[in-house]
Amino acid sequence: MIFTIARNELRRMFLSPLAWVILAVVMAILAFMFLSSVQYFVMIQSRLLSMGSEDGVTAVVVAPLLGNAAVVLLLVAPLVSMRLVADERRNKTLSLLFSAPVSMTEIVLGKYLSLVAFLWLILAMVALMPLSLLAGGTLDFGLFGAGLLGLALLLAAFAAVGLFMSTLTQNQSVAAVGTFGLLLLFWILDWAGRGSGASGILGYLSILNHYEPFLQGIFDTSDAAYLVLFILTFLMLSIRRLDMDRLGG
Amino acid sequence: MNDAALVEVDDLSRSYGSIMAVNHISFSIRRGQVLGFLGPNGAGKTTTMQILSGNLAPSTGRIRIAGHDLLEAPHSAKQAIGYLPEQPPVYRELTVDEYLDYCAGLNRIARAKRRAAREAAKMKCGLSDVGRRLIGNLSKGYQQRVGLAQAIIHMPPVIILDEPTVGLDPIQIREIRHLVRELGKEHGVILSTHILPEVQATCDWVQIINKGSLVLNDSIEGLSRHMQSSALSVALRQPPDLGLIESLPGIKSVQDEGNGHLRLFYDPETDPTDALVDLAVQKRWGLYELQPERASLEDIFVHITTEERDSPKGNAA
Repeated sequence: MIFTIARNELRRMFLSPLAWVILAVVMAILAFMFLSSVQYFVMIQSRLLSMGSEDGVTAVVVAPLLGNAAVVLLLVAPLVSMRLVADERRNKTLSLLFSAPVSMTEIVLGKYLSLVAFLWLILAMVALMPLSLLAGGTLDFGLFGAGLLGLALLLAAFAAVGLFMSTLTQNQSVAAVGTFGLLLLFWILDWAGRGSGASGILGYLSILNHYEPFLQGIFDTSDAAYLVLFILTFLMLSIRRLDMDRLGG
Repeated sequence: MNDAALVEVDDLSRSYGSIMAVNHISFSIRRGQVLGFLGPNGAGKTTTMQILSGNLAPSTGRIRIAGHDLLEAPHSAKQAIGYLPEQPPVYRELTVDEYLDYCAGLNRIARAKRRAAREAAKMKCGLSDVGRRLIGNLSKGYQQRVGLAQAIIHMPPVIILDEPTVGLDPIQIREIRHLVRELGKEHGVILSTHILPEVQATCDWVQIINKGSLVLNDSIEGLSRHMQSSALSVALRQPPDLGLIESLPGIKSVQDEGNGHLRLFYDPETDPTDALVDLAVQKRWGLYELQPERASLEDIFVHITTEERDSPKGNAA
């Protein structure tokens, strides 16, 4: 049932021009970033060798690419997630799901899954860029894999926030702005208390602090657990919020 | 499973803050019954429909659909319902076929049977020619039919239709009413509307809801008895002294409408028509019009729903 809903959501997403435009723009920007850093790497390659640095192409090209992709997708994810529930609420099509024999959890998970699938599709296309370097060399697959896993979890977290924000309103723009604001806040949360040494609880809550280790090739279960808990929290909130539609008033 | 009552609503109420939208109503519906749910705007019709379809939780009360409690076993109960809300819940960017396939999936129809279910629903709703068209490009009437097809695709025992003929042209209205009557043979149908002739044309049981309370719950036949009015409209060329008519057996009162037009109210037990005609001929009053007054459903509706606001209108006596 979850997959029926997810498939329908994905189909409708790709029937709107928005999905295609987002794919095109994100790819164009990231490809430009990728090519510039490849060019930079070619320029400094001999210097790196002479300095005896251990940084290879993966550290110089791939890690920054994934870092940049996270920022670009932070801007883009709200645009994809905003319509999920808000649009259905405005068009009064939610009652189709509510009167069908499906539970609120299945509705939320179905919609969430479609969003994650879309974002992971972008991720897969981004991953193709570094893989193209295999034509002329080799990659540090440990570092690359950790980075991809980190970005995958991060995107899933973006999706959970986006879905929750979309359940709050019937106005798509409100959902998009809310998602963007909340994600950015979590991103910059460690700015508070920076310089005072230990950044404390705010630093721990910052989503960026849990993404960066992945880019350095460190897989820390506590980082992964943070992201998973983050996702579960917002999914639970979404289910609660949709239930309120039935109960509240 | 209790086949006698498909829907049992017991002491249902729903409040929005301090406003009681639905106030402790109870009713039931059997297979093969078309229940007309009447009420003025804001009476609580749509709220009741939304509660029955699981879109709103009731504040108090119990609902059993085909033997399943809507709150305790929502899956089985909802599987037994087809619901068409006021605004058909259609995705404009899908084709009719795509949309109906999705609805079939949502209602847990096995993959192999979906195609047959879709074609059957399309056939019933007159959609066979538009399967490949985008719903957004269809007219309002066709979108309404798509919504109806969605409600019946899994052949639910109970079909709930919230104002299904709003915004349709007269021919489409006739078709939809015909369809509702057809559906009423095998299913239990609840039809909400504020169009009175629709109820007379399609339903065999009527409920009138006003300010959240059920004020009438009767069969169409029972209602016709209500509508047997006990008044005569008479026009005379030479009207006599009113007292003379009042003295006829059974006449309770006479109302002079001017120009020789009279309205006679009589005791339903004794019909004074024959006596009146005899007397009119005998005394040469010049009787040229004689009509028994029938209260329409509209009169009853107006009478019942305005009762609390002002005194009952005379013509529904």
